[in-house]
Formats: sequence, structure tokens, C-alpha cells
Amino acid sequence: MTALAALIRRDIRIALRVGGGALIGVLFFLTVVVLMPFAVGPDLAQLARLGPAILWLGALLASLLTLDRLFMADHEDGSLDLITMSRTPLELACAAKALAHWLAAGLPLIVATPVLGLLLNLDMVATGAVALTLLVGTPALTFTGMIGAALAVTLHRGGLLMAVLVLPLSIPVLIFGVAASQAAITGPLSFGAPFSILCALSLVSLVIGPFAAAASLKHGLD
Amino acid sequence: MNGLKPGQMQLSGRGVICVRGSREVFSGLDFEAVSGEAVAVTGRNGSGKTSLLRLIAGLLIPAGGTIVLDGGDGDMTLPEQCHYLGHRDALKPALSVAENLSFWADFLGGERFNVAESLATVGLDHAADLPAAFLSAGQRRRLSLARLLTVRRPVWLLDEPTNALDVSGQDMFGRLMRDHLARGGMIIVATHAPLGIESRELRIGGMV
Amino acid sequence: MTLIDLANPTRFLALSARVLPWLAAATVILLTIGLYQSAYAPDDYQQGATVKIMFIHVPNAWLSMFVWGVMSVASLGTLVWRHPLADVAAKAAAPIGASFTFLALLTGSLWGRPMWGTYWEWDARLTSVLILFLMYLGLMALWRAVEDPSRAARAAAVLTLVGAINLPIIKFSVDWWNTLHQPASVMRMGGSTLDKAFLIPLLVMAVAFTLLFVTLHIAAMRNEILRRRVRSLQMMQASRIAFSSDVGTGSRQENASKGAA
Repeated sequence: MTALAALIRRDIRIALRVGGGALIGVLFFLTVVVLMPFAVGPDLAQLARLGPAILWLGALLASLLTLDRLFMADHEDGSLDLITMSRTPLELACAAKALAHWLAAGLPLIVATPVLGLLLNLDMVATGAVALTLLVGTPALTFTGMIGAALAVTLHRGGLLMAVLVLPLSIPVLIFGVAASQAAITGPLSFGAPFSILCALSLVSLVIGPFAAAASLKHGLD
Repeated sequence: MNGLKPGQMQLSGRGVICVRGSREVFSGLDFEAVSGEAVAVTGRNGSGKTSLLRLIAGLLIPAGGTIVLDGGDGDMTLPEQCHYLGHRDALKPALSVAENLSFWADFLGGERFNVAESLATVGLDHAADLPAAFLSAGQRRRLSLARLLTVRRPVWLLDEPTNALDVSGQDMFGRLMRDHLARGGMIIVATHAPLGIESRELRIGGMV
Repeated sequence: MTLIDLANPTRFLALSARVLPWLAAATVILLTIGLYQSAYAPDDYQQGATVKIMFIHVPNAWLSMFVWGVMSVASLGTLVWRHPLADVAAKAAAPIGASFTFLALLTGSLWGRPMWGTYWEWDARLTSVLILFLMYLGLMALWRAVEDPSRAARAAAVLTLVGAINLPIIKFSVDWWNTLHQPASVMRMGGSTLDKAFLIPLLVMAVAFTLLFVTLHIAAMRNEILRRRVRSLQMMQASRIAFSSDVGTGSRQENASKGAA
């Protein structure tokens, strides 16, 4: 346990120290949301209708695009070798790194959601619904995205290739995340069903993500 | 691991084959090392010195053959009993020198020795609270050596460890290696430079 | 590198230490007068008491653009004249400019609440300020992302100047986008003609806020200079260790460690 706690502490510390790492994601999220009205027009009623979708897309891109260095930095400086050799199973180490990333980069996105909701003319209920679905859904994004981050190390490629690999995997999360928020705002569907599925997706990815990432890293060793 | 008798542990490889990409680096390699002894792996560039160390560390998977450690801690796998010191320092520039070392001590676990003392031994105690970004290449290597002192493991796998070390650094490193061997440790080192300790030579890949 | 770089900043530190108290005092006095006058300014017949937000909003909005101008001049100083203080000035100005821009947004949105019925309306002016705010944040992220200040300075200077050229284009585009979507029915802040009862407090506040900026900017520049000195001292300390341990182990090394502590 101390090993995992140490890893989480270290990753969060680095994220906070290097270039405001965590806040770049929030800035990206903000920028994406600000761009939307220029494309769809400033009509507040329309923005309120599209709001949950815009917020979800922004959060999805922000949390996936910050992921591509998750393992790359450790690979480049040799830390990954030592992590692989240690007594801590690689799967758990991967999970710890993803958790640290979610705490440092995912959680700030959710904190920023109410402010962005204001820009999109969302009322309290709608903002709350989006924030809640993001809170439940972004771990799924991080833990699915980490598979791509691990593949990026194996393939020695990052950036857009990773995005292309991972974005399709995040479609189910997007569908049920937006569906649950819409259900809470306008109905007529019940909020419970899509929200439960979203929770299930997160739980499944908590299991699959670390194993797939660890497997990919092990095969990519050289 | 304190108090291992010389020869108590034995690392042996039988018919080890290493393939990188589609190139066969070496094949049918046999080697042996016992605790209390240093083995210097020599060979020309590209003969597979680094690959051999990484095979032992479990960072490469052999295409054939076996590598086993007898007489070590039965609960642990071979890589878990090894320290690997490669070309890369596994240091984070954003963290302080002491934070870097404490992290590896916490993460690697096991018997843990005083961080401040290890830093003093390698001559970095004044820099403990400075960011690792301010260290020179030689100082970074010293910090990596401090890791070997803080977390004790019986097998040291060292890849060109004296690179970037100045004369006093090499002296210090020689002392550390002698201490490690005296405690019953085992050292396998890939190098071209003289080490300053007695070692047996393992030549791979034909003529040097 | 240190001695040459410090020569000029040292003079700046000495000079600014003498000027700073006077600037701070002048800022406080003018702000007090300005706030007093704005508090007792008459209510607007249309907007009521909300018009008083204008006395805070307009100076902030003015400064949000003025600070970018200051940074642009400083960026020219970095790129063209290579003045040693230029990038310190540019770096210190960015967070202050971002704060003024944020206050402009905040007051604009508070003003908009009773006017529009929502906290946010994609009004052309506010939207332009929001984009300016994003650019400030991006610039600050750039300053923090690059470890070495002189390398960061070059990149930030280019970005600042590109921003300065782009800001009017963005402003024009946003205006065009806005009129495209909602033909001129939006009530604008601060009409075309201002009564003297509004104008004088507004001018006082504008001057007071500008002084506030100058005070904060000089203080921030001092901090930045000191921060860089700490950094170079730390780097010197890190490299001195190599020499002390070159001597060998034993007493001399221990002495050196006591000296550093």
C-alpha cells in the first residue's frame, strides 16, 4: 500500500509543479466550450439545450488529450523499468498512476463545470446533473484512455495516434453520460437507467484498463 | 540480506538467446555468478551487454534458455532482488533530490536505510532540498547510486555505471561496490572502463 | 551569467524600493476618492443603482487591454532590444492582467444579471473580454511550462506580439458574429454620452486602477527578480557540491556541508 500511495503522491506532486499541468486541462476545457457558441450561435435557449453535450465533449477531449504522457515520461527517464521490476504488480501501479492522473487532471474539470455551465445558460439542476455524470463518467475515460497511453509507449508514438485509438473506446461513456444528463434536465426518460449504466461502465473500465495497460507495457518492453 | 555468505547465492544462465527486433543479438550464452563476486561483462558495441543486463532484470524476455537465482529470497522473483542502473536515471527534475530518493525508497519497499545518510555518502547532502533539475549529469548518476544504498538488494545490475562520474566519484563508487560485495552482494556490470574492484570477466559476442 | 544579468536589475531593485511606498500611497488615496465619488454618484434613470458597477467595470476592462499593451512593449524589449528587465516585466504583468480581465468579466456578468436576466450573455464586448482572458491564461501556462526563464521569455514574447496583432481581428470577428445573430437590440454598457456626474468619478477610478496596476506590477517584478536570484543561487549551490566532494570524503566534505547549511 505504501508503494502505491507513494506513486500517487509523486505523480500528483509532479502534475501540480510542472507547468500547472493539471490546470492546462481545465484551460483546454474552457476553450473548447467557448468555441462552441461561435459555431452554433449565441442563442441562449439553443445553448442550454446543447449544453450537456458540449460540456461532455469538452471534458472528454480534455481528459483524453492530457493522458498521452501518462506513461511516456516514466518510459523516457527509465522510471518505468524500475516500476516494472518492483514487487508491486504492474497492474496496480498502472491503476495508481491513472488514479493520480484523474485526481490531478480529471477532478479539476468537474470543479470547473459549474462556471462553464453559466456560460452555456444551464440552470442549477442541469449543471448539477452534468457535474454528477462527469464525476461518475470521467474515471471511465481516464481508465480506458490509459490503454492508449500504454500503447503510445509500446509504439513510440503519442499525440493524435493515441486519440484516434482511444476516442472510439469512449463512445459508450459519452452516450450514457449525455443521456443521463439530458434525462435529468428534460426527461422523459428516467435518470436512473442511463446513470446506472454509466456507473457500470466506470467500474468495468477500472478493472479492464489497468490489466490491458499493464499487458501492453509488458509486451512493449525493450 | 545482511550476512549472506560468499557463494550462498548463485545466478546462472543456461543457453540464453536474445533477439531484438528480428536480429539475434546472442545465442546459447551460459554464465554464472555467485554472491560476493563481481562479473564484468565486456564485448564490442552491439554485442548485447545491455541486453544481457535487461534480460536478468526481467525487462527483456529471453527467446530461449533460462536465468535462475538460487539461494536468494524464496518469496521474491529475480527482478525483485535486483537493482538495475541503466543509462537513464529515473529521476524527476520537478522533485527535489531528497523527494526523488524517498519516492524510490517508499515505492521499492523492503529494508530501507536512511535517505540523508545515503545522500551524504554519495556527496549530495547539501543538495537534498534542491530540485533535481539543477543537478549535473555526474550528480544525477550519484543520486542514482544513492538509490542502491537506500534500498538494499543483493544483485546489482550496472550498465556503464562510471559514465559521467569524475575521479572522486569513481573512487566513491569503487568503495560502495567493495562494501556491497563484502556484505555478500553480487554485481554484474557492463563496462569498458576499469572498475577499481576485482572482477571476473564475462566476454560476450566474440572478440573485443 | 549572473553578474551581468544582475547589474541592471540591482539598480531597479534599489530604485523601485524607494518609489513603491509613494505609488502605493497615491493608489490608496485615489482609490478612496474614486470609490467615495462613485458611491455618491446619482442613479441612472434606466439602470438604477446597477450603473455603479460601471465604475469598477470600465477601469478593469480598460486595464485588461492596457496590460496587454504593456506586455507587447516588453516583448519588443525582449526580442529587439534584449533588455534584461523586459521579460521580467512581461512575465510579472501577465497574472495581473489576467486578474483585471477576470474582474472585468465578473463585474460585467454581475451587471448583466439584472439587465439580461442571466449572468452570461454572448454579448460582443463581454465575449471579446472572455477571449482575452483565455489568451492571458494561455500565456501564463506558457510561462510556467518552460523551466528556463530566458527560453520561456522568447516564446512568450512572440505569442504576446501575435496576440496584440490578432486581438483587433478577434474583436472585429466577434462583433460581426454577434450582429449576425442578434440585430442591434442589446443595450450597451455606458452609453455614448456620459453626464459629468458619471464622467469624473469614472476618470478618477481609471487613473486609480492604472496606478494600482503600476504598483502591483513593480512589486511583482521585484518578486520575479528575487525569485530568479534564488534560482541561480540554488544552481550555484548545486554545482558547488561537485567541487566539495571532488576533494574526497571525510572532514573537508563535512565542513563544506556545514558551511552550506
